[in-house]
Amino acid sequence: MNDPLVVVILSTAVIAGTPLLFAALGEILAERSGVLNLGVEGMMLVGAVSGYIATLLTGNHWAGVLAALAAGGMMGMIHAFISVSLRGNQVVSGLALTIFGTGLSAFLGKSYIGQPVPDVFKPVTVPLFSQIPYLGKIFFEHDALVYLSYIFVIVIWVLVFKTRWGLNLRAVGENPAAADSMGIPVYLTRYISVVSGGMLAGLGGAYLSLAYAPTWLENMTAGRGWIAVALVIFAVWHPWKALVGSYIFGGVDALGFHIQAMGEKALFLKDVSPFFLQMLPYILTIIVLILVTSETKKRRVGTPAALGLPYDREER
Amino acid sequence: MSGLPLGRNRVITLEKRGGFSRGVALLVPVFSIVCAVIGGGLFLLAAGYDPVEIYLTMLSGVFGSAYGLSETVVKTIPLLLCGLAVSVAFRMQLWNIGAEGQLYMGAVAASWVALFHGEGSPVVVIALMLLAGAAAGALWGLIPAIPRALFKVNETITTLMLNYVAILFSDYLVYGPWKDPKGMNFPLSAVFPDSAILPHFGDTRIHLGLVFGLIAAVLLYIVLWHTKWGYEVRVIGESPVAARYAGMNIARNILLVMALSGGLAGIAGMAEVSGITQRLQPNLSSGYGYTAIIVAWLGRLNPFAIIGVSFLMAGLLVGGYNMQMSGLPAAIVSILQGAILFFILGGDILTKYRIRIKNTRGIEVAE
Amino acid sequence: MTTTLVKMVSITKRFPGVTANSGINFELRPGEIHALLGENGAGKSTLMNILTGLYMPDEGEIYIRGARVKLTSPRDAIEAGIGMVHQHFRLVQTFSVAENVIMGSGDQGFFLNMQEVEDKLARFSGEYGINVMPGSKIWQLSVGEQQRVEIVKMLYRGTDIMILDEPTAVLTPQESRELFATLRRMADMGKGIIVISHKIQEVLENADRITVLRDGRYVDTFSGKDTDSRKLTMAMVDRDISYGQNISSKPKDDFILCLKGLTVLGDRGQKALKSLDLNLRKGEILGIAGVAGNGQKELAEVIAGLREEAAGEIEVRGERFTGRSARRMIDAGISLIPEDRLGTGLVGSLNILENSILKKYRSGDISTGWFISWKRVREYAHRLVEKFDVKTTGVEAPVRLLSGGNLQKLLLAREISNDPDVIVAVYPVRGLDVGAIEFVRNTLLRQRENGKGIILISEELEELFMLSDRVAVMHEGEIMGILDREEIDLERVGRMMAGEREEGSHERTAVR
Repeated sequence: MNDPLVVVILSTAVIAGTPLLFAALGEILAERSGVLNLGVEGMMLVGAVSGYIATLLTGNHWAGVLAALAAGGMMGMIHAFISVSLRGNQVVSGLALTIFGTGLSAFLGKSYIGQPVPDVFKPVTVPLFSQIPYLGKIFFEHDALVYLSYIFVIVIWVLVFKTRWGLNLRAVGENPAAADSMGIPVYLTRYISVVSGGMLAGLGGAYLSLAYAPTWLENMTAGRGWIAVALVIFAVWHPWKALVGSYIFGGVDALGFHIQAMGEKALFLKDVSPFFLQMLPYILTIIVLILVTSETKKRRVGTPAALGLPYDREER
Repeated sequence: MSGLPLGRNRVITLEKRGGFSRGVALLVPVFSIVCAVIGGGLFLLAAGYDPVEIYLTMLSGVFGSAYGLSETVVKTIPLLLCGLAVSVAFRMQLWNIGAEGQLYMGAVAASWVALFHGEGSPVVVIALMLLAGAAAGALWGLIPAIPRALFKVNETITTLMLNYVAILFSDYLVYGPWKDPKGMNFPLSAVFPDSAILPHFGDTRIHLGLVFGLIAAVLLYIVLWHTKWGYEVRVIGESPVAARYAGMNIARNILLVMALSGGLAGIAGMAEVSGITQRLQPNLSSGYGYTAIIVAWLGRLNPFAIIGVSFLMAGLLVGGYNMQMSGLPAAIVSILQGAILFFILGGDILTKYRIRIKNTRGIEVAE
Repeated sequence: MTTTLVKMVSITKRFPGVTANSGINFELRPGEIHALLGENGAGKSTLMNILTGLYMPDEGEIYIRGARVKLTSPRDAIEAGIGMVHQHFRLVQTFSVAENVIMGSGDQGFFLNMQEVEDKLARFSGEYGINVMPGSKIWQLSVGEQQRVEIVKMLYRGTDIMILDEPTAVLTPQESRELFATLRRMADMGKGIIVISHKIQEVLENADRITVLRDGRYVDTFSGKDTDSRKLTMAMVDRDISYGQNISSKPKDDFILCLKGLTVLGDRGQKALKSLDLNLRKGEILGIAGVAGNGQKELAEVIAGLREEAAGEIEVRGERFTGRSARRMIDAGISLIPEDRLGTGLVGSLNILENSILKKYRSGDISTGWFISWKRVREYAHRLVEKFDVKTTGVEAPVRLLSGGNLQKLLLAREISNDPDVIVAVYPVRGLDVGAIEFVRNTLLRQRENGKGIILISEELEELFMLSDRVAVMHEGEIMGILDREEIDLERVGRMMAGEREEGSHERTAVR
């Protein structure tokens, strides 16, 4: 139990970063196909409340996970229908999704607020791996969903960069007209990525309500959906970098909590108002976004060329 | 493939209109509201509520009493100002969703004037509060505008992040240094002196902020359609490339527009503290900055339309409060708001395309 | 064995307001190069977009190898062995050659083995004698190389009906010859090749058969051997075209615009212009020839103040301009007719009134203090529309609804009425119909007569040779040589376009 403080903080960083990671992975999929989805916050909230309610009703947290996936996927479907099929403005559609999701989650969760989750995701130590000094404690003494997120990082990385499907996905996001002329179904590809992106965001939300918090509170995502969108830019649309970014943000999130918990030992930091500590992740997001954007602009990497643009075959 | 299959041999396809249909453009918002209300009703029905009862509760909340009506006007004020704020930014493709934070900063700055320099002639104090509120909102809008203008940093995210920062800052003040020592440890600032309170109309809570909002709408209209600067803003919004080609300074206009946008939202914050709460307190805004997005889009970014739409949305909010009192789910309000936006976005396609049901055998039939 | 690869019978396709194809017949045999000839807007591209499954015809039948088919999507067309090389390449810039070739194909398993693909591709392109480097990224390739990638992409898919849309527009004359040699080789292997073109000479030299379209209608199909340019012209254009051939006046001696040692960086940070010198006289049309992408765009932009120079200077009427902005260059009397009419030159969703003052809104003619006087704008816009004969439904209609020709007329009207000293016209006739082309060219000639200096950037050598007093040839950001009107010679220009410098070419050092 006497782990160095750094290890404890890093270990909490992984937990706090996991909901961000799920959501960011989902957004990477959507944006790689050329669809900007600013509705992540709303999708996470709906995922959180659905997972929570399903767990309450069934007593099984895996049912909660399934419900969150389904709910997130349905939210993704709305966005896909408006921005892909109806070629609506993707920015506004995403904002609408967030407003809608905020209302829907509050509506659904109203009668359950504050009830304890009967079947919380509990830490499961991974046999061999957890013996690795420091790293074992940081990465391998968590709950099943954290391990699932590791698997998703690898799967999505392989899928996007090593498979035929990923090549087609990236082609659709870079140049839909070229993809279309090669027989790649542009709309279908975009639907699949936006919907699966929504499912992942829903899962990120469920992580909050079933493992991190674990309960349901209105607006419990507190801007994490937006941070996830920023993370995707930080990660240059790459799953591994999204993992690193998520843990950095998770770490900052956890830091505020640790400083308060440390009391006198936090030295000069103990006098900083908790309100300012709570601001840290948001301010960090802004600073990181500025640094990354000005840097990537120089190196000309990253953004899928067709991001945010509806595709209309007869347009050109 | 762009068609939606509809039974055997029939698909719905979208066909480009030769022109832009102005009639459809006007009808879409109306239909969007109708569809959202119907959709929301079905949703309520499915959730086991009586939609008629709920909608009647909402309506009676607004129109059932003079108080309800005046409350609607009260809520119209921040929505109108924030809606105008958002609309001017949106017009230049600046997705400012930070009106909420800009409102809070305006409220904080105005409170500072009221709490520490509030004694004196009401005209002077209120003018100073107005100025401080607008300036603080404008500054809060400029923070994300600068990286946007210089490096194209995504302003959607930065403006939103600043909302959280602004709200936490305001909370810090009322829980900390500005907490009223005589306030029994409630997180509230001291009450403003009378000289720092906006005059009200009759016995209602409707305050002078309404006039600010109406004047702002008219001014904004004049600026956008009758001045050189407004012309620049509209050209940049429609085509930044063409604007650059015409020698317009885009970076400078991004800063100016975001400052104007933030300033208008800041005035909304000033009006709230000076006209309604008369002190700084947590939860000043019930999401006005976010609802403003719907107001702006539903009003097609047109200042005069925004006046009407903000009243409508205020009605929805007041109706929501009435539902809350009756123990009904007030969250339906956000659901309806989101749904309205969805329907407008979806409906917009009808201004550019015509829907046609095609017989896919048509090609063969035409032998 | 069938004798026809493709047979299209009375194809009709309507778009809102226009009938792009009306009862067109077309036939392609294996082993032939079949040219589809016609002016812009004759319906060539529409017909081919139908054959590639991009558009669905409203009427008509398509037979491939004798079998009736219905092509509802590009995938259907690909499966039928049809492939098209579009004028604007359908390539993903950030992908490698190999990735572009295999995307969308079922050739690889679920997991990609790029090494295998690259090897296969190298062998494959050797077979057809087409040289491509499978591992290079598209954005690193020249336009000619990108075109080869497009062709390989089609061949790899097993295409035996290959359509090329204006393939020589982006090539030097020498590269064009090479391309046709490759196409001939492919035809000899039994493939059918369709070349969309509006260049009569090119078609006569290379095609076995020539089908001519005019105004969306089928005119006739000629055998390449039995026809001549006069017959084809008659079939293609049913009227005489005259350009103000009476170029009487000589350019004045004084320079109006001097570029000295100008170095400019392109979008990717590469040197798009390398220490370039160029002088423009009053009353002169200076043509800029060269394959697209050799610095023409950057040249136009740097003159218009839209791009900063890394080194060198620009003089207008002898006055040095440094630290410039677009606004300053507009005020200095420099006018750019941009390549992208709708988007850069005009704002589609704004109306004619608003577009007419795009560069004038600051001037006292139409504004008082901070305010714009829409009354005066209206008068002004009406004058422009009348003088330049812009066909419109009214000055309050969004310009998006205007045809290409009318857009260009409106753009020219606005630019010329500002009375600039220098006009930089970038591909000013691209995509226009015959009448509009004539109008644009005559307008430029009239401005020349009025003593303006005009830089004409064009990909049509014929146009340059016809209109220019001098032709400068650009290659990789440098001027390879400048030829006077009398010296102009296709061979020489072609060599310079390919990067050969003419040592004798004068004037490079004339004013240093």
